[in-house]
Amino acid sequence: MVSQGRPVIEAKGVNLVFQTADGPVQALKDVNLTISQGDFVSFIGPSGCGKTTFLRAIAALEHPTGGTLTVNGMSPDEARRKRAYGYVFQAAGLYPWRTIAGNIRLPLEIMGFSRAEQDERTDRVLELVELKGFGKKFPWQLSGGMQQRASIARALAFDADILLMDEPFGALDEIVRDRLNEELLKLWARTGKTIGFVTHSIPEAVYLSTKIVVMSPRPGRITDVIDSPLPKQRPLDIRDSREFIEIAHRVREGLRAGHHDE
Amino acid sequence: MSALWLAVVFWLAAWALNVWLAGSRVSKSGPGRALVPLIFGVTVLVLWEGIVRGLGVEGVILPAPSVIAAKIAVEMPTLWQDFVQTILKGAIPGFLIGAGAAFLTAVAIDRSPFLQRGLLPVGNFVAALPIVGLAPILVMWFGFDWQSKAAVVVVMVFFPMLVNIVAGLQASERMQRDLMATWGASYLQTLVKLRLPAAMPFIFNGLKIASTLALIGAIVAEFFGSPVYGMGFRISTEVGRLGLDMVWATIAVAALAGSAFYGLITLIERGVTFWHPSQRH
Ligand SMILES: Nc1ncnc2c1ncn2[C@@H]1O[C@H](COP(=O)(O)OP(=O)(O)OP(=O)(O)O)[C@@H](O)[C@H]1O
Ligand SMILES: [Mg+2]
Repeated sequence: MVSQGRPVIEAKGVNLVFQTADGPVQALKDVNLTISQGDFVSFIGPSGCGKTTFLRAIAALEHPTGGTLTVNGMSPDEARRKRAYGYVFQAAGLYPWRTIAGNIRLPLEIMGFSRAEQDERTDRVLELVELKGFGKKFPWQLSGGMQQRASIARALAFDADILLMDEPFGALDEIVRDRLNEELLKLWARTGKTIGFVTHSIPEAVYLSTKIVVMSPRPGRITDVIDSPLPKQRPLDIRDSREFIEIAHRVREGLRAGHHDE
Repeated sequence: MSALWLAVVFWLAAWALNVWLAGSRVSKSGPGRALVPLIFGVTVLVLWEGIVRGLGVEGVILPAPSVIAAKIAVEMPTLWQDFVQTILKGAIPGFLIGAGAAFLTAVAIDRSPFLQRGLLPVGNFVAALPIVGLAPILVMWFGFDWQSKAAVVVVMVFFPMLVNIVAGLQASERMQRDLMATWGASYLQTLVKLRLPAAMPFIFNGLKIASTLALIGAIVAEFFGSPVYGMGFRISTEVGRLGLDMVWATIAVAALAGSAFYGLITLIERGVTFWHPSQRH
């Protein structure tokens, strides 16, 4: 059961080489991938395999040195100027001189939302990540996990069509992580957003995704793309089902194969 | 001699009091924290008074604080006129113009790598010029009155401010800038909402250095020509007439003005950069 909307992100033969002091580093090699409208795509692979780099390239924060990468038929730069992305980085990256609410309001200010709408949206996403009542606190007064949730709220506030998340739940405990995973699935089902999601957790990747992209390092490349047969409605206990365990097994095999290549 | 012994006894007593205060709970409260330096300051004055009187030090070498205080009281109108001339007309306008110009230049430099290569070395060169060489030239250009003093201050303040603001504008983190990029923020939006707030700790550092320089510049510039009032003029003429009590009175005013200026900047800094780890309590 694969959702087949129109293609949103198309990578054809994408290469990305960083020029460093110790010579060139090939972060991405010949990456081909199509992500369709409404897909939930997870990227999984060992550290340094280019997951972050690929996500950044989609958001036009890095520029491929070869191949073509288009977003909604445009270049990533154009898509960025059209405000197509909500991006959640590996660390929270909140501005310390702004309150939590002020941080969430910041992209809304930049995009020119009215004051009333800023307030309304800020309240809504604060509630969504269970930080209601913390809006007036400053980031450094919150725990790391709460900061990360605030940064997720900030990325959700302006309702971009494409949500790119780089290990957003890496710093959270298991229980909160489960709950946010559920919330994220609900949000995704409700809004039909296209989501790119980096994780190191196999269960998380399988639980969330319609498509799992397995990558391997040196040079960073895609070794397997798994279309998940799981239904769109996913209670947490789906993780004990046979289908779930089979996909998890295939992901693990893919990761292991990548390691043997080295 | 007894004055000297009295002073020493007072000093020891104040010392003991301060040691006790520093360890006690009084020093944790707001006014309590001000008490310790206050007692320290008073002790210095008492010791000074006692030593000068006890050893019979000549007024030309070092007048007693009481003599200086008396002089300040008597010469209030003159000191006030000097203060207005040097601080209010020379130092402060020069400080504001210099800091403002440095700010505009820093933003221009930030936008253009060409300017960065061209202007920073020029600024470096100007900063390396000694004030004793610069001041006479600026007095020639701008006349004897406060305008030339303000000009000296502008030149002295400009470069340290420029360096600090340029460094401050680089101070935001990569991820914070990347976020702005993903939101499609314009250059101006990124400047106002990210890079300037992030630069504030640097800017205030520069302002504090510049405030001291402004005071020195405004006073020293008067040595090279001024109307018949102003703090620098007062110091140089009174030294010539051996009126050391008036010199000290002027120095006291300068120290007070400098501390107040510095304190004001620190106060504003605490409000603006409350979020910075160095300011969080
Ligand atoms: N700005 C950069 N300059 C030079 N090399 C870089 C840069 N960014 C990433 N790299 C290199 O590119 C490769 C891929 O890095 P990337 O951050 O994409 O890995 P990742 O899969 O996200 O790893 P992790 O799971 O640890 O986050 C690494 O070898 C890294 O050293
Ligand atoms: Mg990464």
